[in-house]
Amino acid sequence: MVDQASALADRVWQRYERKERLIRYAVLLVTMMVVYWAVRDIDIFWPWVWDAPNQISSLGARMWPPDPRGLGSIVNALIETVHIATLATMLTIFIALPVSYIAAQNTTPNRACLWLGRFILVSSRSVNTIIWALLFVAIFGPGVLAGILAIMFRSIGFIGKLMGEAIEEIDRRPVEAMEATGASKLKVIAYAVVPQVMPAFFAIVILRWDINIRESTVLGLVGAGGIGVILQGAIDTFAWPTVATILIAIIVLVLIGEAITSVLRRKVI
Amino acid sequence: MTRSDIPGTHPGPRTWRKPPFIASPLLRYGLWLMVVIYLIWAFATLPFNWDRIADGLPRAARIFGGGFPPSFERGGLLLTGFKESFQIAILATLLGVMLSIPFAVMAAKNVVPKPIYYFGRSVIIVSRSFHPVIVAILFVAAVGFGPLAGILTLTVYSIGFVGKLLAEEIEEIDWGQVEAMKATGAGYFSILVYAVFPQILPRQVGLSMYQLDSNLRASAVVGIVGAGGIGGTLMNAFGRYDYDFAFAILLIIIAVILVSEGISGWVRKKIW
Amino acid sequence: MLEISKLVKRYGNDEPVLQELDLVVKGSSVVSIVGASGAGKSTMLRCINRLVEPTSGSIRLNGNELVKLRGAALRRARRKIGMVFQGFNLIDRLTVMENVLAGRLGYVSLYQAISRRYPREDIERAFTLMERVGIAHYANKRADELSGGERQRVGVVRALMQEPEILLADEPTASLDPRTSEQIMKLLQSLASELSLPVLINIHNVAQAKTYTERIVGLRHGKMIFDGAPSDFNKDALDAIYGGIEAHDEEITEQPGASPKQGEKGVSNDQI
Repeated sequence: MVDQASALADRVWQRYERKERLIRYAVLLVTMMVVYWAVRDIDIFWPWVWDAPNQISSLGARMWPPDPRGLGSIVNALIETVHIATLATMLTIFIALPVSYIAAQNTTPNRACLWLGRFILVSSRSVNTIIWALLFVAIFGPGVLAGILAIMFRSIGFIGKLMGEAIEEIDRRPVEAMEATGASKLKVIAYAVVPQVMPAFFAIVILRWDINIRESTVLGLVGAGGIGVILQGAIDTFAWPTVATILIAIIVLVLIGEAITSVLRRKVI
Repeated sequence: MTRSDIPGTHPGPRTWRKPPFIASPLLRYGLWLMVVIYLIWAFATLPFNWDRIADGLPRAARIFGGGFPPSFERGGLLLTGFKESFQIAILATLLGVMLSIPFAVMAAKNVVPKPIYYFGRSVIIVSRSFHPVIVAILFVAAVGFGPLAGILTLTVYSIGFVGKLLAEEIEEIDWGQVEAMKATGAGYFSILVYAVFPQILPRQVGLSMYQLDSNLRASAVVGIVGAGGIGGTLMNAFGRYDYDFAFAILLIIIAVILVSEGISGWVRKKIW
Repeated sequence: MLEISKLVKRYGNDEPVLQELDLVVKGSSVVSIVGASGAGKSTMLRCINRLVEPTSGSIRLNGNELVKLRGAALRRARRKIGMVFQGFNLIDRLTVMENVLAGRLGYVSLYQAISRRYPREDIERAFTLMERVGIAHYANKRADELSGGERQRVGVVRALMQEPEILLADEPTASLDPRTSEQIMKLLQSLASELSLPVLINIHNVAQAKTYTERIVGLRHGKMIFDGAPSDFNKDALDAIYGGIEAHDEEITEQPGASPKQGEKGVSNDQI
């Protein structure tokens, strides 16, 4: 009887194998058709494509050697960039935590709050930082405030979603024990939820700070402060050697940020 | 501060304080002080234009007032923009995923000699350090406005992301298979093809789906600096104070991203 | 005095887990509740402190009706009911002292709770109790650094910190090795008499129930089918409760006067 069952399973499995292969071919075919359509239909002047390597290398040549003058203002702009990322990350925490609390299934007060929380997270995550920046520049004018708000509005979704998942994954048993002592809702959170999500919280915030440093380097391109403002200015004036210096400065900044985050991660967690 | 005496030998009332997270008080208060100093420094040096910011509320009212209801009247423009974004994302994913393989091999410590490893690694580090929008600006400057700059940008972006994860994957492969191939006397490239690639292929397929999704997101953004796609349309709408059209674009972007995230997640779950 | 009458608990539309259960516990007796898995032991215990909402019936503790309580009144009632859990349910990342003081959460203010500034009497009581069970030297250790038996002692002390009028223990020894579980049972027994505290213990181990408690209540399918002194708990009662469906070897062999069923070994672990 056991043999028969396994033989049956064998047959079924074979059929799936064939179906799987068919699906594979179909996927390949569809992919090729889509690529063909994209290549044929896209609005590209093909001679430019063949010329692109030349153009790129000539731009590279114009950038060399990097122009170290103006390094002072570049460093200042970098510091401003870091301020934007740091302040925005700090401020985000105050908004993202309550949102993650209402967006986690096991802590949300009621269904309306759950959906409100999820709506906030989804809309925050779906709009890119630079689009948020565009909006805030239109509202508050060019400057660092628009940048801080843009980074914040994007980070709320990121931190909130991951924190919500961390809250949903906690061990239920301490919660039950705290409820059994007659603790109020807030005390249960303070004792049974907070300690459990602490490590995740630090990891998520550090990760997002690292991402935010990268993101805040481009805010200036739409006028929202930071190094991007200088970069845009240098490009507009065709000051390519200065552009090269700024690019190198950005790489250094990002690498420093990565080094700091890896140290922090090891220290805190 | 903390109790260390043996039970029963203790006279008088006992106290207990939570042992602090950071044991050294100097470091503990020092950290707080540093945070405070940092905040003061940051707020003091950042150039806030308060007059202009104070102007924000009426402007926000005007923008949101002008933005609702979103206008889908210029549907044709919307469609062209999205079509171009899709095309950019698809072609860049294809190019990026293909190119990421050689770069990943170069950036994997265990399969290439040191100098090549450093080269591959730095290519990946550089392409990861730059936000796609910065890369886009440079490509726009080099090859002009339009989707070509977008494709190049997102190709670089894909190489950085997929290449890094793939290189890590190669560094963790089961070395036994490689040794088995070496024992048969296979050459370097046959070893790569027969012993290394099969081990990273499933991961590569999943990563490609993920990358297609994030390229689609990014393609909406690189257009803002002129690299083609819906981002350019959005930027124009904002520039011309067409807030109702801009909000329509935003809504569609959100919808497309949600759908694409759903599909990509579903496919990855199916594959893994 | 605890009076349970006509207690019914039904999950969804299933067969009720508790079917009109009546139970009265007077004075400071230690009562063990035995029964197969799924007999409703745990549900009954959790109905008393309302971690599980009873479907109908009445539970009175020292004259106070518990079933109808809501909000703050429920919390005030809960703080008079201590509970010890099978899985200890400690907060792993907090210190032993914090876990113990958590038993006072129903009494202190939110500020005191968060800042860990508990009243001096609470800390004194915590040290006294911890010394009583032999864990005072662990006060500032993290809870997850302790062994199973030590962790359960923390659980017991936390429950006693509530100054309970009754103690509920839900399989307090099921996660412990035999020797440690004997110690915990002894501890519960002696604490009950020292503090003249009624204790309800859900327990699988019939031998321990007979040794350490004054009264045994047998549940089957949500109904009480045995209630009496350990000396009256014989082979017939055991069969009636477990009905040949579930009985561990140790429980049967330690059954005085009853010959172990030889043929039962094969099915003994087949739980409902």
